[in-house]
Formats: sequence, structure tokens, C-alpha cells
Amino acid sequence: MSAAATVPGIGRPRLGKALPSALWALLLLTPAFVSLASVSFYPIVNGLYLSLTNTSLITQENEFSGFANYVQLWGDAQFWNAWWHTMWFTAASTVLETVIGLCMALILCEAFKGRGLVRAAMLVPWAMPTVVTSKMFGWLFDGQNGIINYILLHAGLIDQNINWYGSPDTAMTTIIIADVWKTTPFMALLLLTGLQTVPNSLIEAARMDGAKGWITFWYIRLPLLMPTLLIAGLFRALDAFRVFDLVYVLTGGGPADSTETLSTLSYKVLFSTLQFGYGSAVSTAMFVTEGIIALAFCLYLIRQIRRAQ
Amino acid sequence: MNDTRSPLQTVFIYLGALLILVWSGGPFIWQFSTSFQLDKALTSGSPSLIPDPFTLEHYYNAFVEKELHRYVWNSLVVSLATTFLCLFVGSLAAFALSRLNIRGRFGILMVILSVSMFPQIALVGPLYLVATNLGLLDTYTALIITYLALGLPLVTWVLFGYFETLPREIDEAARMDGVSVPGLLWHIILPMSLPSLVTTGLLAFITAWNEFLFALAFTSNIDRQTIPVGIANFTNQYYVPWGDIAAASAVVTVPLIVLVLFFQRHIIEGLTQGGIKE
Repeated sequence: MSAAATVPGIGRPRLGKALPSALWALLLLTPAFVSLASVSFYPIVNGLYLSLTNTSLITQENEFSGFANYVQLWGDAQFWNAWWHTMWFTAASTVLETVIGLCMALILCEAFKGRGLVRAAMLVPWAMPTVVTSKMFGWLFDGQNGIINYILLHAGLIDQNINWYGSPDTAMTTIIIADVWKTTPFMALLLLTGLQTVPNSLIEAARMDGAKGWITFWYIRLPLLMPTLLIAGLFRALDAFRVFDLVYVLTGGGPADSTETLSTLSYKVLFSTLQFGYGSAVSTAMFVTEGIIALAFCLYLIRQIRRAQ
Repeated sequence: MNDTRSPLQTVFIYLGALLILVWSGGPFIWQFSTSFQLDKALTSGSPSLIPDPFTLEHYYNAFVEKELHRYVWNSLVVSLATTFLCLFVGSLAAFALSRLNIRGRFGILMVILSVSMFPQIALVGPLYLVATNLGLLDTYTALIITYLALGLPLVTWVLFGYFETLPREIDEAARMDGVSVPGLLWHIILPMSLPSLVTTGLLAFITAWNEFLFALAFTSNIDRQTIPVGIANFTNQYYVPWGDIAAASAVVTVPLIVLVLFFQRHIIEGLTQGGIKE
């Protein structure tokens, strides 16, 4: 092949000619297509089918049962409990991460000494395995010897140790804090690149006209950043919706199901009770909910962009 | 812009920067310090950042009692294989989408990217059944095949973005010289894309190294379990061994952090382009 590179091609048989370009395209895309089709699309379709059966690995049944699983799901308090927890987790963590991320991005936008160091440090939470994050927060927020309790106690903010993830009242909050810690810096880096595309001349001009900092932010930077903000928020929300590692490792869905999310519930139905039919119904319901969130977000985004024009 | 800042604003900015630094680095530094402290010191009620006395006991426990190195080995095998497969398959696809005239290529890209948003819990059940039928439970193969598909969307997307920045005149010139399609990819495009290949490879590696759900479902013993599963199962009968966990966390996270810091500029560029297309 490399020899052919030196030969002037006119009139000679070329390797590239042996196959038309369309066939090459097909050939080169095939491995990726096969991989995604077998590991992503097939399971979704198969899961949809399984959700219409009473498949169980214990009883070895696998007969078609129509919508029986979905009827059961509709009346299943545990499912709705997990559904609300997931929605709450998604909403709270996405909003917090976007708002705090924006604040961080605004600071990073300014020139200061050690900016490179700060930016580099911000990749640490992102790179860390989520399981490690989860264990780390288990130690930070430990009910007895956790450093967070120690700091809060000595700062006089609380008068006795809080049993953070050991109590149903505060467990979900602890998980949200852990997620916000892990994801916000990365969100900030995404928003930072968005902010840097806002032309400096616009801001300078506004300043010349005597506009205060927050006015330039509110009327110039924020509207220009809006598309970036919404898309980053969408990706974040879809990702938060699937939360599994953090919950499974830190609380396992407890105490008293207070942190059960759709992913952890599906996992338990699938791999603890081995009811693959019902478990697939739970995960399909989750897939549908996620699709609705994505659709709603996209519609809103399109409306925003239209209005801006 | 520096000269227009008031002293108050400057103080505010440095304070904010310091907060971000503590936010990002603080928890892990505490975890790192914990890994060198005796259990007695950790539960004494007066925590200190400097380990006193300094101990390697937890590292000893992690490696000798909990056999951490076996998980590390499994993770290395799976993650490295995933990385090379991802780069191979991903660069073929990205090259085809970027360089060969394909109708609806942005549609294809969008489909590939949206696949990465599928809830993984919806995939794990059916894939578990397939793995059982094919006798692939407790094998590296099952994990590698799965992780390839998980990493592929981002790898393809980022490589596509990079290939798009290479001037098309190169293709023209190569074609004039009679270079074949695979020759163009192998001898011309890929050597020019080395920095991007390193970054995307790192992203694929991190995805595989950190993955938990599929590893938990597909493996059941230490011969094949990866690090996240190993650490999740780090418990003693009567108490939580926070020190041992901290030691294991440090072992599996520090190399990752070093790599990421080393390649940080490329990673931020690559990911931003993957996350948000300007």
C-alpha cells in the first residue's frame, strides 16, 4: 500500500478502485455497528419482549403474559417510591450542579495566579471511580468518626453527630451531596468553554457604557451561554437519572428504602429475586421515563433557540 | 481585564478559586491521609491531617488479606483490551464518517451518541442471559465486549471531531498518488491523529477501569472481578475497615489522577467537543 503512494495513479489499477467508496464506508462502519447493535439495541428490544413474559430464573418459566407485569408495576408501591426518589435525585443534582458549576466557571473565566492548577484539580473528582467516591463519602460522612460531623460540630453548626446516610431523613441528601461533589467541577469545565466563546469585546463595550458586573452577566453572558447550559444540563440529567454505583455502594437503597432508585430496584429484582420478566418491566419503564425527559428537554431547547432568533 | 478589577473583586476571585481547589482536592487528600493512619487514630475523636504515627498497615491489609493486586490485574487486562479495541473500531467508524461520502452521516453520529444515553440497567438483564447461554459469565471476554460498546460512542465522536479538523487537501493529494482507502487511514490520517488517539484511548480506559454495574453482574469471583467490585466488597465482619478502603482507593486512583493531570489539556478539549458541539 505504501508503495502505491509513490506511483502516479493515472491509468494504473489502484487498490482504492477495487472497492467503490460506498462499500468501503459500509465495511468500515460494520464493526461499530455490530458492537452497538448487539450490546445496546438488541438488549433494549429483548428487554421489551422479556417485560411481556413471566420469565424467572428460579421457576424456569418463560411464557408470554401480556401486560401482566405492567399492571403489577402500576400498583407497586416500591416502584413508585423508587420512581419519585430517582426524579428527586435527578432534579436536585442537575440544578445544583448547573448552578454551582456556573459559579465555578465564572471564577475560572477570570485571570488569576494558579488557574492551571485549579483547572487540573477539577478533573480529580471526575476521574475517580464512582465506587471509590461512594466509599470515600461513606468515610467523610460517617455517623461516628466522619470528618464532616467533626467539622460541623466544632464550628457550632450542629450540636450532635448526624447519622448522615444511616438515617432515612438525611440519606438521600448525602447521596446528592456526593454526586454534586463528583460532577460539578466537570460541569464547570464544560460551561467554561461555553463562556470563553462569548466575545470579550461585547463585555468590554458594556463596561465602557458603565454596566455593572452582574448586569453584563445577566444580559450578555447568560443569554449567550443558554444553549450550552441547556445541553450540558440535559446530558447531566440523563446521566443522573441512571444513578446506580453511588447508591448501591453507599446505602444499597436503604435505610428503609429511603434511597432506592429505579436502577437499584431493577438490579435487585433482576439479580436477587431473578424475576427477569418483572425486572425488565421496571427497566423498560425507566427507559420510557428517560425518553420523556429527553424529549421534553429537546422541545424546550428548540423553543428557546427559536425565541432567541 | 485585570486593571478594571477592584481589590474587593480580586479577593473574591482568589477566595472562590481556593474554595474550588479545596472542593476538588480536599476529600481525596483526606482519604489519602486516612490510608496512612492507625485505626486507633481514626476513631480517637480528634482527627488530624498529618498521620501520626505513620503506618503502612492498611496497604499491607489491602494487598495481603484482600488480594487487591488480583483485582488490579483483572482491571488492567479488561481495560487495556477495551482501549485498543475501542480505538480500532472507533477510528474505522470515525474515518468512514469523516472521509467517505456517507449520506446522513450526522444522523448516524446522533444515533451513535444517543446510544450512550441508554440506561445501562436496561441492558444488563438481557446481556446476562446471553452471557449465560454462551458460557461467558466470569470471563474477561464478556466484560470486554460490553465495555467496547460502552466506550465506542464517545471514542467515535471525539475522533470524528478530530478527523474533521484535518485538511481535506491531504485526501486529495493521497488519492492523486493512488493511495487506497485503508492506506489513507493507516498511513496518513492515523499518524497525524496521535495526540487525539492518546486522549480518546485514555477516555476509553477510564470508562472501563471505573465501570461497576456490568462487572458486578457478570463476575462472581476474584479470578475475574475488577477493582470497583473488589472495593465495593471490602468489608469486615464487625466493622467497616475505613483505613483499608482508603489504602485501596489510593492505589487505584492515584495512577489515574497522574495520567489525567498529565493529559489534562487534551482531555478537556476532547470531552468538551464530545459533550457540546459548538
